Amino acid sequence: MSQPATGSQVLRIPALTRVEGETALRLRIDDGTVTEARLSIYEPPRFFEAFLRGRAHTEPPDLTSRICGICPVAYQLSACRAVEDACGAVVDGQLAALRRLLYCGEWIESQTLHIHLLHAPDFLGHDDVIGMSRSHLAHVERGLRLKQTGNAIVELLGGRAIHPVNVRLGGFHRTPTRTELRPLAERLRIALDDAWDTVRWVARFDFPDAECDADLFALAETDTYAIESGVPTVLPYEKTLPPRSFPLRDFPDHITEEQVPHSTALHARLDGRRHLTGSLARYAVSGHLLSPLALEAAREAGLGAPRPRAGTEGPGWGGVCRNPYRSILVRAVEVLYAVEEAMRIIAEYERPAHPYVEVPARAGVGHGATEAPRGLLYHRYAFDDAGRVTDACIVPPTAQNQGAIEEDLRRMVQAGLDRGEGSEAELTRLCERAVRNHDPCISCSAHFLELDIERT
Amino acid sequence: MSTDTAPPARPRLGVFKFASCDGCQLTLLDCEDELLGIATELEIAYFLEGSSAPAPGPYDLSLVEGSVSTPEHVDRIRRIRADSRHLVTIGACATAGGVQALRNHADVAEYLAAVYARPDYIETLATSTPISAHVPVDFELRGCPIDRGQLVEVITAFLAGRKPGIPDHAVCFACKRRGNVCVTVAHGTPCLGPVTHAGCGALCPTYGRGCYGCFGPAGTTNLPALVPLMHRDGMSDEDIGRFLRTFNVTAFTAVEEQEPGTIQKEGPR
Repeated sequence: MSQPATGSQVLRIPALTRVEGETALRLRIDDGTVTEARLSIYEPPRFFEAFLRGRAHTEPPDLTSRICGICPVAYQLSACRAVEDACGAVVDGQLAALRRLLYCGEWIESQTLHIHLLHAPDFLGHDDVIGMSRSHLAHVERGLRLKQTGNAIVELLGGRAIHPVNVRLGGFHRTPTRTELRPLAERLRIALDDAWDTVRWVARFDFPDAECDADLFALAETDTYAIESGVPTVLPYEKTLPPRSFPLRDFPDHITEEQVPHSTALHARLDGRRHLTGSLARYAVSGHLLSPLALEAAREAGLGAPRPRAGTEGPGWGGVCRNPYRSILVRAVEVLYAVEEAMRIIAEYERPAHPYVEVPARAGVGHGATEAPRGLLYHRYAFDDAGRVTDACIVPPTAQNQGAIEEDLRRMVQAGLDRGEGSEAELTRLCERAVRNHDPCISCSAHFLELDIERT
Repeated sequence: MSTDTAPPARPRLGVFKFASCDGCQLTLLDCEDELLGIATELEIAYFLEGSSAPAPGPYDLSLVEGSVSTPEHVDRIRRIRADSRHLVTIGACATAGGVQALRNHADVAEYLAAVYARPDYIETLATSTPISAHVPVDFELRGCPIDRGQLVEVITAFLAGRKPGIPDHAVCFACKRRGNVCVTVAHGTPCLGPVTHAGCGALCPTYGRGCYGCFGPAGTTNLPALVPLMHRDGMSDEDIGRFLRTFNVTAFTAVEEQEPGTIQKEGPR
């Protein structure tokens, strides 16, 4: 059904697919100009922040993992870090390395899921991975194999891939022996080749021109690509503005959430501005800290070589990729990096004397943030003297990305209209692609794209 | 089923989501070794998380994830039931209301006010209920999340036209079979294994922690016999209340009500 660029009408897309969660989209088009693009997340509220109150300080990791089936490790580890911060506990050494290994497992399986099963069909003109498997079977099989390796890491360290049971405050219930980790090392050697082949495969896709004009926001470490910890760091959109960092405890001063009538997800803004978390932000902030192999893959994929700014420490400017379609490339590079990291951690692993450090309850407030596959995930808890939660605040990546996604949608639909793509089917496809570029986790934010276009 | 003259090629599968974390339907995508095989045996007709080409019903097998928690859900589950020859719920949310059923014991207006500045923008029910509270269900697969092996068994059983071979016994059976040392007997670790439905393979005790009940109550339980053990191991009634009232809050609450006086009634949520 082709629609004229003028006239008044309402268009609806029944459901946003190949994303995690339920979302509706409303577009208003006045005389061929997109004047409004609103992402309406109407995932039913599940009230986690409310029912966490009164729970023991040991409970947030298992409880909050149920916010998201795709990134439960991110929830468990952000929760652990926040509670440990409140209780003054520090997890380091091999226990910290094991946490990073577990997180690498989630990065590998979740990013590979998004690349092969959710995102690649867009570039190859298929509705789903099953259709794609008829013409690209070897690529699909490789993706499934790689995903299985990520899952194998989470299963070995966590007990199961979805909602792992072995994570606890201070570390793990049980740590693996070196011998138990050895079969993973064998699989990871194969995964390294698969990850390389994935980067090369994805690099051949056709990427439309687009630019995301939001500030980029990710955790940063001084000596490693931030995954399970780091300092919140902002790379402003304007290249004349320097990057800035702030202590995690100041997160509530910088990130403000507001409720909008059209969504069950709260909209977050960073110092009053639109911002983006996730793979593009991480690559911009920490790309220079990738391994030599991952950097080589990034260069080969055409991402540009990230580098630290001359004379400064911290985030680099070079190789910043702002094209949301190319996020699939950054994800593929990150998978390669996570495979290498996992191999390194396993090679250097010595079983710690005790599986966890004690985290005794005390009154206070704690902050925790980690890099979920789809972006920075922040938790804050307040506890009373008995160690009961008195207040909980969780800011998921998709709530933070919502403003940037809406702006992407506005630009991409406008570009589509300008090219003469005005039909419901064409606009739906454009919108779905625009949203999928950001690997949104809509269950986290409060699932389903219903496009509602009003034209005048 | 379609009465068209053309023979139905393959049974049609629908996967539907209500209030949930997506973890149970993700389990289908996590069947890396079986996914392409399943897709040759079944036509995946409706699966929003996995495909951009949702096809209308009727469906031969519908897998339903998530609990009923909004007014819209109540109508939608009835339409899905009417469109489905077999309807199977997957996971603790669809089978027992899920972790979000913690609201059933709370003041939802106060919950809304705690999370949202403008509660009036949010449409929700005061309860989170299992699918079976609204429509007849052919089989309930438990777990938070479900077990991949059990999901494959349910799909295989459906294709073979037989009852799924999902045992109704407690986690303890799986734990013994796995050769674990009992964490309660040996270490005094409180464990819900004796009253929890098997399916996970006794994961928690295998990793040295007590079972936290994510598969809900087993077919037969003796909660009053377990409570003194948990007291012995340092748990107060309040602790036990929270322990039971987590991912399968409505299912364990029903067990408590059948076995009254087990623990104090007004434990914290």
